[in-house]
Amino acid sequence: MALLSIQNLEVSFGLRDGPVKALQNINLELNRGDRVGIVGESGAGKSVLGFSILNLIAKPGFISNGKVLFEGEDLVHASQKRLRQIRGDRISMIFQDPMMTLNPVLTIGDQMVECLHAHKKISKKDAREVALQKLQLVQIPSPEKRLDQYPHELSGGMRQRIVIAIALIMDPDLIVADEPTTALDVTIQAEIMELLLNLCEQHNVALILVTHDLGVVAQVTERTVVMYAGRVIEQGPTDEIIKAPQHPYTQGLMNALPQNCLPGQLLNQIPGSMPNLQNIPQGCAFNPRCEFVKESCLKERPDLQSTATHDVACFKVHPERSELLSTGNGSDVKERA
Amino acid sequence: MKPVTQPLLEIKNLYQHFDLSGDFLDRLHFKNGRPALKEEKVHAINGVSFNVEKGESLCVVGESGCGKSTVARTVMGLLKPTQGEVRFAGERIDDLSVKDMRPYRKRMQMIFQNPYASLNPRMRIRETLEEPVRFHNPEWNEQQISDKVDEVMASVGIDPTWGVRYPHEFSGGQRQRISIARALAVDPEFIVADEPISALDVSIQAQVLNLMTEAQKARNLTYLFITHDLSVVEHFASRVVVMYLGTVCELATSKTLFQTPKHPYTRALLSAIPKLETKKPEFIRLTGEVPTPVNLPSGCVFHGRCPYANARCMEEIPKLTLQNDGSQVACHGIEEGRIPD
Amino acid sequence: MSHASESVAIAQSVDAAPSRWEKFKESHYWHSFKKDRVAQISFTVFVLFVLAALFSPLLAPTDPYDLASIDIMDSEIPPSWSEEGEDRFWLGTDAQGRDLWSTILYGTRLSLIIGVCAVLLQAFIGIVLGLTAGYAGGRVDSFIMRCADIQLSFSTMMVAIIFLAVFQAAFGSELYQRLALIMLIMVIGIAEWPQYARTIRASVLAEKKKEYVDAARVMGFGSGRIMFRHILPNTLSPILVISTVQVANAIITEASLSFLGLGMPVSQPSLGSLIASGFEFIFSGSWWITVIPGIALITLVLVMNLLGDWLRDVLNPKLYKG
Repeated sequence: MALLSIQNLEVSFGLRDGPVKALQNINLELNRGDRVGIVGESGAGKSVLGFSILNLIAKPGFISNGKVLFEGEDLVHASQKRLRQIRGDRISMIFQDPMMTLNPVLTIGDQMVECLHAHKKISKKDAREVALQKLQLVQIPSPEKRLDQYPHELSGGMRQRIVIAIALIMDPDLIVADEPTTALDVTIQAEIMELLLNLCEQHNVALILVTHDLGVVAQVTERTVVMYAGRVIEQGPTDEIIKAPQHPYTQGLMNALPQNCLPGQLLNQIPGSMPNLQNIPQGCAFNPRCEFVKESCLKERPDLQSTATHDVACFKVHPERSELLSTGNGSDVKERA
Repeated sequence: MKPVTQPLLEIKNLYQHFDLSGDFLDRLHFKNGRPALKEEKVHAINGVSFNVEKGESLCVVGESGCGKSTVARTVMGLLKPTQGEVRFAGERIDDLSVKDMRPYRKRMQMIFQNPYASLNPRMRIRETLEEPVRFHNPEWNEQQISDKVDEVMASVGIDPTWGVRYPHEFSGGQRQRISIARALAVDPEFIVADEPISALDVSIQAQVLNLMTEAQKARNLTYLFITHDLSVVEHFASRVVVMYLGTVCELATSKTLFQTPKHPYTRALLSAIPKLETKKPEFIRLTGEVPTPVNLPSGCVFHGRCPYANARCMEEIPKLTLQNDGSQVACHGIEEGRIPD
Repeated sequence: MSHASESVAIAQSVDAAPSRWEKFKESHYWHSFKKDRVAQISFTVFVLFVLAALFSPLLAPTDPYDLASIDIMDSEIPPSWSEEGEDRFWLGTDAQGRDLWSTILYGTRLSLIIGVCAVLLQAFIGIVLGLTAGYAGGRVDSFIMRCADIQLSFSTMMVAIIFLAVFQAAFGSELYQRLALIMLIMVIGIAEWPQYARTIRASVLAEKKKEYVDAARVMGFGSGRIMFRHILPNTLSPILVISTVQVANAIITEASLSFLGLGMPVSQPSLGSLIASGFEFIFSGSWWITVIPGIALITLVLVMNLLGDWLRDVLNPKLYKG
């Protein structure tokens, strides 16, 4: 059985003018030890997806359809009590801002011990011992000293290490990390990412990494899911997506990176911006910004279809699908391919 | 790259310290049973000097807390330097009053980091853009002002008819365009951009960077570009200043810096950029705690994290020295030749 | 990339500008007002009070200030619905034979005038000082705010009582009666400015850090222009919220002072002095002279506080619940 299986997930937000779908038709399967990156720009719904795994979506958002199966158990309909048992114990979450996890008025040690006490019966002394071990695991210098310090006494990178130590404290099977290094400097980011990668490999922990940074995804994950306007538009092995992206949006994102352009020249920009969830264009959501747009893209929304290497939701990649749907021809696409 | 003419902007031995100790009652404390006044300072900039030549894009890079934004704010006169000079086109500008500074405001402008905070939420876009034009060109009539605003709005890709709208009706990328339009509205020759793209999405970053490049070509602008993103630097900069904890560690042309980085910090920084290669990250590991600008380390500020540090680095502050390839590096190790290439 | 394709993409999110009224109908102020029954009722009642105050000369059957129309023989007639009541006087008459309905209408007018004018004065002093303190910072800030602290440590009532009593003793009650309205506005206005100054200063400190203020400074604008044109409009929400509560407070303060005999004279009664004048008759059975204006006063203050609560919820985006 897969460790985590998201089936046909749909998340809506109840707004004034009726519900708006923030996520639609999300399918994702993860086995123990898998590392999956979820990439997208702000508004793509990637963080909502991260939160919905733990059923942590705040009002007015709610899961309106689909299942999140964790070892076969549906988390969408699980009781609050059961969810609390699973959160922190089997699945942990790392947020962008370490202070979302850390309580500013408790010492690091107290917080870690409290976390242990919430999930199992353990003596205070043993709990402290476990906490110390975990701090050593995340390579914090002088861990004994840290146990008695308060979060504000530590640097940002150090706090994020502590958060990772807390996430690991119950030896979870899955870690959901939502932009864990966005607030950190590059040198610290590199260290934290390496640490996360090593820990997942050594302990066979599955990782869902939500980020906007393609470079980070390239280095840490095995599989990548690219999201746009609440839907998955491309997914597959990370090296395939980085080497040969198929969806025009993913291609555009890659080409827009300064690394992929000659210094001094203009960057290859994608025109326009991501649509607001309340007025997603009809057909393919990317059609106003796409240079390959055809008639069929304006009418019908393309589904995820597999190619030789991965899955893409685009009529340009699957011209036969668009021909079925409309009279538009895909000759120019074939030439490019 | 010897300057033939006078540099547009000169920063000479700039120091910027912020007092943290508060008022008299906050500072009063007891030391060995006797009352004493405590002094606590943030050493944001410690002796920074560099020039910006006309027509170039000088990037200042560094991690958070290295003082790069403080340099930008001091150059723009938003902060008075504790010590040192800022000269614009040969004239000293850091000690001018608000009124005496006005002629320079027209020549130097600034673009800010956060597009959500840099536009006044209660002013329509047109009002925001008209105000500086009217203020700096009091002899212009309404038609001239309106034409000027139309021109800058069009040049940043914002339809002039949307001027009646308020900032919250625009997306982040559009707001940053408007912010650029505001800076361009007074026809400056020099623009300080403080992390103008770091709050934006990747695809929007490219749009804004292109806009800035186009504006530079069309209006013959000089940029002082502050950023933490090295991949942007490589693309955008003609010369680069690398800062660490309020000091300049390396100053070189963009090409030289990315091909042959010299300072150990620059090397570590370059190696840490996530690359689009699907293999395990290999980067230079920095040891030790990140120091804070409140308790500045003695000697070279980088010695606590530097793999090559020796006794001299802990005591003596290194000076920027000219290298064979024209770059300037502040490192004892490089000077002594004990750091391998 | 050409800007033409740019504008096409942007055009999707920003199309033709709607009118101000359409915008208001789309805004969440209108939306939350439509949902909030309490706010609707409070607003309606408040508007009725304001209309009554504005048109009191038209609405009132008699002019209570006109001594010629008052007959002492009509004194203490109970409201018209009670057995001894007369149809001429709907809400009965007071001890001097004035029609209570007319007197309440004129009294509401006086109370509202004092409340609004006192708050305008408070707001003016408070905004100027608070803005200066917040924007200038340093010593100026310390000095202004310490003054505010000292002022706040005296209660408004105490300051007002001492000041008004001294004035009355020094210049005689005749001059006092003539100047009562202005004196009340001045005293209540000056005594309560620190409320505004503190609120404004706090928002100015928050706004000052935002980049649009830096942008204005970089443009070379003077501090006056930045303070009043850029920062002040962004601090208006808290001003609006405390203003409703402050008007209510000012009306209560005026009523209390009048009740103590330091407010409006009996010849031109505000709601407070009307209540006070009836108080001596309450045990002789003439309850209406006190109770009916009392109900009017309580209702007015209550709806203003309710409106203030609603405004605070609506204008505070942190509480915005979608």
